[in-house]
Amino acid sequence: MPLPLTAEDRLHLKTLQPQIAASPKGRGQLIPLLQMAQKALGYLPDEALSLVADHLAVTRSEVYGVASFYNQFRFNPPGKNPVKVCMGTACHVRGGEIILENFERKLEIREGETTEDREFSIERVACVGCCALAPVALVGETLHGHMAPSKVEGLVLRVRLEKEKAEREAAHS
Amino acid sequence: MAKLTTQDLEVIKSAQKARLAFRERTYLLICGGTGCHATGSIRVKDALLAAIEDKGLGDTVQVIETGCNGFCAMGPLLVVHPGDIFYQKLTVEDMPELVESHLINGKPVERLLYKDPVSKARIAAQTKIPFFAHQMPRALRNKGLINPESIDEYIGRDGYIGAAKALFDMTPQQIIEEMKISGMRGRGGAGFPTGVKWDFASKSAGAVKYVLCNADEGDPGAFMDRSILEADPHAVLEGMIIAAKAIDAHKGYIYARTEYPLAIKRLGIAIDQAKGYGLLGDNILGSALSFDIEIYQGAGAFVCGEETALMRSIEGKRGMPRPRPPFPAHKGLWEKPTILNNVETLANVPQIMVKGGAWYAGVGTQTSKGTKVFALSGDVNNIGLVEVPMGTPLRTIIYDIGGGIPNKRKFKAVQLGGPSGGCIPESHLDTPVDYEAIAKVGAIMGSGGAIVMDEKTCMVDMARFFMEFIQDESCGKCTPCREGTRRQLQILEKICEGRGEPDDIDILVELSQTIRETALCGLGQTGPNPVLSALRYFRDEFEAHIHEKRCPAKRCVALLRFEVEPDACTRCGMCFRACPADAIVWEKKEVARIDKEKCIKCLTCYDKCRFDAIF
Ligand SMILES: Cc1cc2nc3c(=O)[nH]c(=O)nc-3n(C[C@H](O)[C@H](O)[C@H](O)COP(=O)(O)O)c2cc1C
Ligand code: SF4
Ligand code: SF4
Ligand code: FES
Ligand code: FES
Repeated sequence: MPLPLTAEDRLHLKTLQPQIAASPKGRGQLIPLLQMAQKALGYLPDEALSLVADHLAVTRSEVYGVASFYNQFRFNPPGKNPVKVCMGTACHVRGGEIILENFERKLEIREGETTEDREFSIERVACVGCCALAPVALVGETLHGHMAPSKVEGLVLRVRLEKEKAEREAAHS
Repeated sequence: MAKLTTQDLEVIKSAQKARLAFRERTYLLICGGTGCHATGSIRVKDALLAAIEDKGLGDTVQVIETGCNGFCAMGPLLVVHPGDIFYQKLTVEDMPELVESHLINGKPVERLLYKDPVSKARIAAQTKIPFFAHQMPRALRNKGLINPESIDEYIGRDGYIGAAKALFDMTPQQIIEEMKISGMRGRGGAGFPTGVKWDFASKSAGAVKYVLCNADEGDPGAFMDRSILEADPHAVLEGMIIAAKAIDAHKGYIYARTEYPLAIKRLGIAIDQAKGYGLLGDNILGSALSFDIEIYQGAGAFVCGEETALMRSIEGKRGMPRPRPPFPAHKGLWEKPTILNNVETLANVPQIMVKGGAWYAGVGTQTSKGTKVFALSGDVNNIGLVEVPMGTPLRTIIYDIGGGIPNKRKFKAVQLGGPSGGCIPESHLDTPVDYEAIAKVGAIMGSGGAIVMDEKTCMVDMARFFMEFIQDESCGKCTPCREGTRRQLQILEKICEGRGEPDDIDILVELSQTIRETALCGLGQTGPNPVLSALRYFRDEFEAHIHEKRCPAKRCVALLRFEVEPDACTRCGMCFRACPADAIVWEKKEVARIDKEKCIKCLTCYDKCRFDAIF
């Protein structure tokens, strides 16, 4: 079941619409447009697929067929702090899957899922090119090297604390 | 910006002389590659600038952010010229001292220099550090030297001089001839002679042709191409311009891995600068050639590194390979004649034009010429990028450059070629880096991923790991790859979980042969390689898993008991301190014990116990 769009999603869709309309047409634009949509929304809801399909005058199932082929595209919303654990060879040799398991245990979700409060999601990536720092995980845009099971808890805690702090400050002002 | 002529290139080059010879000022080259960014180089750079400002050194000192220096494990890094002084693992707090001591008092900061792991001596000069001393940078010639966002610095290092020569002094056939003489073989993995590929495409009839650059770097655990793009993006553009003249193309695409945002950003800047100087666009340098380059961001599918799949992907379709022939040199992107070359291949081309093919072929072996870049990682002391002449023994790479295996453990194998390659054990470590010699021992040169594994690595688990990758990435178009790899993965998982059966090894071998012979593209055809090579050298480990339900490397969780052997336990408490789950009960002078209720099976204690007491 697709999740309903949030108000934020709708806002993003609204700004996306003219951007897509202003883009060149042609089959070669399909993947760049999907990338543009995902950048705006964080994922590809049905509405975004339709926007792209209409612009390029191809069927929606055709668009979905291409999007689902590529690992980059996702169809459910990511958490505000997407956790990406590297599963490349260098990270595997250094215990990458143990890091993944620790995130899964700590956040009580599986890879590919999002926590109920939409704060975190977990996915695996294949090599981010920082093999020298293996094992590696990204939380949001920030890359953390030399990960260890004991570091996982600290990272999650830090994000949660920062959020609480931001909320408290928001309540004060 | 005005469009340049060849003379203008020379003018820019001379203007860069002082800077590139490190004259007139002190130059601080701080690494700004992805690895160093992750370890905090941006903050270190800001602190450095502030300290310089603070001491009023702004006029005599210049800070330059370079691309990846190669020794990523030591980041954030800084090299000071003149003197070639190499500083490592810098922090914000170190900067005032570094400025005071080195820049003002002329005394390098001892404690921030590289420390030889064996002799414990500090080594100041970068070129004296064993990691760098045995290398021969060609594709990486500008790494750590120039600001990748400055086209002038690139020109100062003979940049676009090779293109100028190709455009004005050489015919397409002469360019191709020079590439053939160089002996350059594609660095993307297959090792196809570049000159021959260009020859095919140049003879292919058609008004519209394409030059593509493969920057998809799909081998998980390889980062050569990322580093080249981050440190020297113009070299790749220049290589493409030369290729365009050789085959008479007017449009190029760089198919770049989306996981490399910094590389993509720098490529974008480089393309804009080249356009501004008239080095891309209509009538490059006033010559007859018009050529443009666009970046195309891949969307994350390993199979799209395969040439026909890559072209489908640019066309906006599912990236599925198609049978060859027709070869892309005849029918490639949008059915037009196309050449595809790897980043490293292209980065070598400008120097081959400047110095000649014979110069390039001056090092190497009978069939493998020039140099090769490896991304050395895994269980090795010096992790980073390594460029060596072909013919260099693997042992030199792992021990002399890589500094051997950390934690006093034993070397087990090095994996070359990633999921399409194989592992090479100790007994073959004297194999030279050479396409044919490496294939003979059951691996492939591949694109340059070299992952070192120590005795704590389980080779059955590695075989399972690669098969999982292949299975995940199989595009599903042909049955042997889709179904065969799924079946192989099931068997390998079963073995790792202690449910292996006596004839599993035979089934694995048979399936491998079928997949190799019948899969449509390279992904499937080479997918069974890691399994076969693990079986070739480490069959006893498979047998231990199957017959004794034992994982000799203690890596397969299902085969471990999570207990401490009291006789082997020295009561040191290392496991107790390392356990993230408080699952180890230990007191001074007492044998450790694992509380299985609390244990999360993270294997940390197995790693930390120096006495192999946990089983
Ligand atoms: C499954 C598969 C994945 C590949 N991935 C890459 C890659 O990531 N980068 C690359 O340069 N070549 C890759 N190749 C090789 C390319 O198909 C092609 O041979 C190469 O880019 C040609 O350039 P070269 O001759 O300069 O090496 C891959 C091949 C296969 C079969
Ligand atoms: S071998 Fe695998 S990846 Fe290649 S075409 Fe067949 S199914 Fe697709
Ligand atoms: S496996 Fe991990 S959790 Fe279990 S005892 Fe060892 S260190 Fe602790
Ligand atoms: S394997 Fe994890 S960053 Fe390369
Ligand atoms: S990123 Fe700094 S050395 Fe590689």
